[in-house]
Amino acid sequence: MSKIRRKKSSTIILSIVLILITIAFIIPIVIVFFNSFKMKFSISQKPFAIPFYTDMYAGFSNYETGIDKIHFFKAFGYSLFITVASVIAISLVTSMLAWYLTRVKTKFTSIVFSLLMFSMIVPFQMVMFTMSKTANILHLDNPFGIIILYVGFGCGLATFLYSGFIKSVPIALEEAAMIDGATPIVTFFYIVLPILKPTVITVAILNTMWVWNDYLLPYLTIGNDYKTIPVAIQYLRGGYGSVDMGAMMAMLVLAMIPVIIFYLFCQRFIISGVAAGAVKG
Amino acid sequence: MQKALKKYFALFALPGLICFAIAFFIPMIMGIVLSFCKFTDVTNATWAGLNNYKLMFMNAEFINALWFTVKFTIMSVITINIISFILALLLTQDIPGTNTYRTILFMPNLIGGIVLGWIWQVILNGYLLKYQVTLVTDPRYGFWGLVVLMNWQNVGYMMIIYIAGIINIPKELIEASQIDGANRRTMLFHVTLPSIMPSITICSFLTLTNGFKLFDQNLALTNGGPGKSTEMVALNIFNTFYGRVGFEGVGQAKAVIFTIIVATLALTQLHLTRRKEVEA
Repeated sequence: MSKIRRKKSSTIILSIVLILITIAFIIPIVIVFFNSFKMKFSISQKPFAIPFYTDMYAGFSNYETGIDKIHFFKAFGYSLFITVASVIAISLVTSMLAWYLTRVKTKFTSIVFSLLMFSMIVPFQMVMFTMSKTANILHLDNPFGIIILYVGFGCGLATFLYSGFIKSVPIALEEAAMIDGATPIVTFFYIVLPILKPTVITVAILNTMWVWNDYLLPYLTIGNDYKTIPVAIQYLRGGYGSVDMGAMMAMLVLAMIPVIIFYLFCQRFIISGVAAGAVKG
Repeated sequence: MQKALKKYFALFALPGLICFAIAFFIPMIMGIVLSFCKFTDVTNATWAGLNNYKLMFMNAEFINALWFTVKFTIMSVITINIISFILALLLTQDIPGTNTYRTILFMPNLIGGIVLGWIWQVILNGYLLKYQVTLVTDPRYGFWGLVVLMNWQNVGYMMIIYIAGIINIPKELIEASQIDGANRRTMLFHVTLPSIMPSITICSFLTLTNGFKLFDQNLALTNGGPGKSTEMVALNIFNTFYGRVGFEGVGQAKAVIFTIIVATLALTQLHLTRRKEVEA
């Protein structure tokens, strides 16, 4: 009896602790949300005050200024297009590459595989200057060309994830299809790709998170003409002088809304995808 | 099968390999060569030998950035792993609503580095207002600000990996040790921790490399201020490349050194903890 009661009270204490931690995790977002409805000067003077029904309340003026200043909806469009196109390209192109590299065993494929693994460790700064110049020379500095760059940078991790999974699938299935006269193309799209589906989801989710939030690559290659959301937000800082914090808060809120919606809809896939991606890493 | 597939090289392997060559492989080779050259563009390079590597250490800027990065990384690896492990332990207990907690704690991880940096700039500056200072008054504020930010972003992610590890501990192992009369402490140190060694490997690897390569958050939170005192290596390299004309070669040389450090760290760390896994 007392044991059960002790268990009950420890559950309550644990729940309270967890609720407090969870609230502490959300508070930063709530503060930004409140501040986005505040007058500019109130943000720096009373950052934690609630603006509604006070003279600090600025209505949607911060949103209007911010959207105007950084052309938010344009930025949203570029971000969306680049993310969707790159993720589809990475998922497809790399799954084919990984299948080839895993099933064809030559010196060449094993060298390529090691290079791909090495590319995961190398910091972006190593290639950032030469890569953006190369992109410039090859005219890849537009929202279409950047997809090629994302495939290039994304294929290390994706190949790793795919090939780990392909290795665990019996080769007999593919061989049987080929003996029955299926070409590698048919075998890949009708046998291999359907089996790979869980890994495709993992790859797609990890890359969506990466491409959507990426700052340096789009900044260096297409940042002047096509600003994605992170680039546009950092652009609010401008060269000199102070930042319009009101507009900044409003834009941070707008930048977070799509992410939170995406998360609410794909929450289960995201968490299991991340766990799967990490365990194999 | 291998033979049949080989004929399809152009279709299966080539598209990916071309992208990889354009985005990574060719720029990487060019980068190594250019680190020994003086240049302002990739087309006007002249051989400079080891000059860039000498210039890099001429002022303390790079060493300071490196030292700041090392301190930051150590602090964030320790705090993130301890906090996320404790949270994982709590959330694998029999409490109602664990899924909701998990979902919320993971969420900050989806927010991009630039946005994160600005969110925390407002909050930390708001807090420091009480003391009439800002984030860029003293490098210590920027340092701890970055550590707090990094924790907020990564704790949920690492927690998910630790939870996966804890759930996978065989039930028989737990029951057997309970029958043997193990208390909570011995359970933790002799059952739980050794069994989740793979999760520890992954989490320490991820936090280590994420910490070392940090850029966006650094740029948005303090932009290196005050002065260059909270500038991390990645930001320092960026500023060397694009801040001063004529220093591109030095930036590239710094990038080569940075790559060597990160690769060595990552491989050593993987090697060390993997060995522990086998023992456990």
